Amino acid sequence: MKLQLGIEHFYWLVGLILALVAIRIGRDRDHPRRWGSALFWGLLATVFIGGKWLPPVAVGYAVLGMVVLAATKQVARPPTNSTSKEERAAHAIRLGNAVFWPALLIPITVVAVALWVAKWHSFPGIDPKQTTLVSLGLGALIGLGVALRNTGARIGEPIQEGSRLLEVIGWSLVLPQFLAALGGIFAKAGVGQVVADGVARALPTQYPLVAVMAYCVGMALFTIIMGNAFAAFPVITLGIGLPLIVQQHHGDPAIMAAIGMLSGYCGTLLTPMAANFNLVPALLLELPDKHAVIKAQAPIAVVILAANIVLMYACVFRF
Amino acid sequence: MIKLVGILVVAVGFALRLNTLLVVMAAGLATGLAAGFSFNEIMAAFGQYFVDNRYMTLPVVLMVPVIGLLERYGLQERAETLIRRAAAATAGRVLLLYTAVRQVSISFGVNIGGHAGAVRPLIAPMAEGAARAKHGELTEAETQGIRAHAAAAENVGNFFGEDIFIAVGAVLLMKGFFEALKIEVSVWKMALWGIPTALVAFAAMAWRARALDRRLARRPGKVKEPRP
Repeated sequence: MKLQLGIEHFYWLVGLILALVAIRIGRDRDHPRRWGSALFWGLLATVFIGGKWLPPVAVGYAVLGMVVLAATKQVARPPTNSTSKEERAAHAIRLGNAVFWPALLIPITVVAVALWVAKWHSFPGIDPKQTTLVSLGLGALIGLGVALRNTGARIGEPIQEGSRLLEVIGWSLVLPQFLAALGGIFAKAGVGQVVADGVARALPTQYPLVAVMAYCVGMALFTIIMGNAFAAFPVITLGIGLPLIVQQHHGDPAIMAAIGMLSGYCGTLLTPMAANFNLVPALLLELPDKHAVIKAQAPIAVVILAANIVLMYACVFRF
Repeated sequence: MIKLVGILVVAVGFALRLNTLLVVMAAGLATGLAAGFSFNEIMAAFGQYFVDNRYMTLPVVLMVPVIGLLERYGLQERAETLIRRAAAATAGRVLLLYTAVRQVSISFGVNIGGHAGAVRPLIAPMAEGAARAKHGELTEAETQGIRAHAAAAENVGNFFGEDIFIAVGAVLLMKGFFEALKIEVSVWKMALWGIPTALVAFAAMAWRARALDRRLARRPGKVKEPRP
């Protein structure tokens, strides 16, 4: 077997970073929730490193443990002790673009690997199915190496600063994975079929415009519930799209699917269930209102959804 | 109908502002039990999905050590200084340009950017810097408005460019779905029909970016600081 760098290796690296965060917290006598927080990050580290080998039910109980710790407010962060604005400005003047380049090296690495793959189909040593995430991980490592050299920082500083940022995000960091799991359980239990059947029965779908609206709005609404347009697509397309638009009104399936999926994305812009796109960024940008990103996106989502309905109605029965 | 109990749990839990992780787990349990699964089966399903979706958390955790370190050494301040040199830059234009770069690059299958890797360290500080250079010191609410729109610029660029590229994600998922049903659908046609919506998304972002700039320009009682 050939040794290839795959995403699992980067899961180990993530596990290692999380374990170091847990250890830092465990050694911090002044931490407000020392043991609860250390246990939370330690459990998450274990799931990342052992995810492939641990039995799913064990991961399930570890995840349940994380829920209990978060719900009983045992996961907290210490008061911020970051550097002052003046200090950072002084560094910025001293270092100039030397502090800028390492951040750009991350996308540059991703682009370089993508160009290589576009020309020669695979990058030596990288699992061809996972090029994007692996090249992102490599970019982060290269960026970190150059950053350490350029700034002259101690080797412990990246973990210290990374730990600070992760504790700002807190338990919300795992929210995306949680919601994805909930979406999975919804799908397993057949929630979508119930919704799709209800919609198809309740509306006067003999009118093509009603069918198009039911499909586009259905994609958006079900994505709002599931947090994921990919999860909504098979359910709504099978329940509403194919029987009404394609079979009853002879619409084109390719046009319907393309615009339908993008209607689902309008739902993604609107839902707290898509935590990695909407809630985690609000925390990452230190916004006090965790729904601020959704509020900024709401007008955009409504306009795109309306345009999608018009576009689909105008084109799906014609081309 | 009883299978919809999970949606009800989520709605009530969010409305009562209970801990979100708790609400989600309770909704999963309620749905699973309603569909006839045992407690351990639900735990196993939760564990499996949690492990399968580790990729969602990966970019943030890999990014924070290097971004945190660079921030400590003045990355955001440097990004602001650079943008202050560009006289034409406004907060809205910075964000719109980012959306354009994101849409075009991802439509060629290149996924650069991200909330942890680009928005927090570079794009938000640049947009704030451009606004400060034009309008003087910003209020807390204005800074927050710019940051929320920076996150929106990332999401809009990311979502509404991806479907134009045939070799990843959405298009392949749709192709696989239709193949399973023995319906012949061309990936090229699906990718092509993603373009009109991509243009609409860019126009909608342009509208919000302009609105943001106008709001910043209309501030009462604040004048541009004289340059030294």
